[in-house]
Amino acid sequence: MQQLSYFELVGFGPNGWGLALLTAAGMTIAVAICGFLAGSVVGTLVAWGKIGGNVVIRSLADGYTTVLRGIPDLLVIYLFYFGGSAALGAIGSLFGAQGFIGVPAFVTGALAIGIVSGAYQAEVFRGAYQVVSRGEIEAARSVGMHRWLMFRRIIAPQVLRYAIPGLGNTWQLVLKESALISVTGLVELLRQSHIAAGSTRRPFDFYVTAAILYLLITWVSTYLFQRAEAHSMRGMRRAS
Amino acid sequence: MDFAFMRDTFLTLMGGVPLTLNLAFMSVALGAVLAMLLALMRMSRVKVLDWPAQAYVFVFRGTPLLVQIFLIYYGLGQFRPTLQEWGLWTFFREPYWCAVLALTLNTAAYASEIMRGGLQSVPHNQVEAARACGMSGLLLFRRIVFPIAVRQALPAYGSEIILMVKATSLASIITMMEVTGLAAKLISQTFRAVEVFIVAGLIYLILNFIITRIIMAIEWWLSPHLRRPPAIEPRLEAAHV
Repeated sequence: MQQLSYFELVGFGPNGWGLALLTAAGMTIAVAICGFLAGSVVGTLVAWGKIGGNVVIRSLADGYTTVLRGIPDLLVIYLFYFGGSAALGAIGSLFGAQGFIGVPAFVTGALAIGIVSGAYQAEVFRGAYQVVSRGEIEAARSVGMHRWLMFRRIIAPQVLRYAIPGLGNTWQLVLKESALISVTGLVELLRQSHIAAGSTRRPFDFYVTAAILYLLITWVSTYLFQRAEAHSMRGMRRAS
Repeated sequence: MDFAFMRDTFLTLMGGVPLTLNLAFMSVALGAVLAMLLALMRMSRVKVLDWPAQAYVFVFRGTPLLVQIFLIYYGLGQFRPTLQEWGLWTFFREPYWCAVLALTLNTAAYASEIMRGGLQSVPHNQVEAARACGMSGLLLFRRIVFPIAVRQALPAYGSEIILMVKATSLASIITMMEVTGLAAKLISQTFRAVEVFIVAGLIYLILNFIITRIIMAIEWWLSPHLRRPPAIEPRLEAAHV
């Protein structure tokens, strides 16, 4: 068999893997976004617990961030992947289903990423909350705003503004972490490259392509986060 | 909770701790040397040195570590004849050395930024003062710049070390049997993910706890100027009683 050139290999021709790789890159972005959003929800709740909770809630939240930041993400993914199937199997057997029930890899992946990135995002949100001036919160309270309204109108917009740089970092982490989900068999970018590398025996070409695509995604998202930061800071005067 | 099972799991997984620590230590130590080189390249203000260092940091921070590991372990296999010719195949054939290489290259990119921040935070007037005393070159670096930079960079470098301890878990994917590798094997044999996860997580937490304590001790040792002076004991014989 004649050796294909690199561009034929990763291109969109009859022997090209281009479409498969792009689809897989889309899957990477999708699972990263879902994980990131799940992490935002978790992070908001944990940050809330850390700021406003009583002693029990606060120590629970502290324990959560300490543990999740101290153990490898791969272990969390294994827990969700294997543990999730076992739990579903147990629930299924209650309702009379038999045997092994597999958890969709996308859901376990997004949840695992969400649980891990929630710990990082909680710290980001907590740090940003501390920048919101106490006076504004007091003022909101004094005009009779209730908790939810105050959160929506005063706290959330400002916290988001100061959290954008930190969230950008977390997003990069999430994006890179999504590569670990390939161990559960989800066909994202790394998994697809692995498959292509195996079937063409050209591993170097495909892993380099994967690396380039990851770089492209991080590059574009860095740009978007910079734009978002500039947008959120419009009308603010900055020191220096 | 089956505590007998968890005790056995603990004993099994402890067998992976030496390899985990070995991988982390090797890559942090080698990565620090490379990172220093990169940081100096970036600070040299010579474009030919600065640009490659910037590109290096961009590439290694922008791609997942697992991709880097695969690229080195599987990817370089594509050039096996060439590598054999150069006598490098014995190195790249071993998953251990591939993992160490990937982790080293990866941590160097992050650590070089930390070191650059530390070096650039050295107050200019202290360097000037040293120059005024006639210090220059290596002596200035060794006595003034380096200690101050280390003190500044140590907290960030400490979290980088913790990240590296966690990152060694990826070596399990290329067949290294460190803590995570053993845990994954155990899960697939027993299907008791939760128990194994708790034990493995506990081992990592203990490791990281010990490492953070060591780094805190070094920080304390490096910053005598921030410590409170020892309380002076009242001397009775000096008092007029």
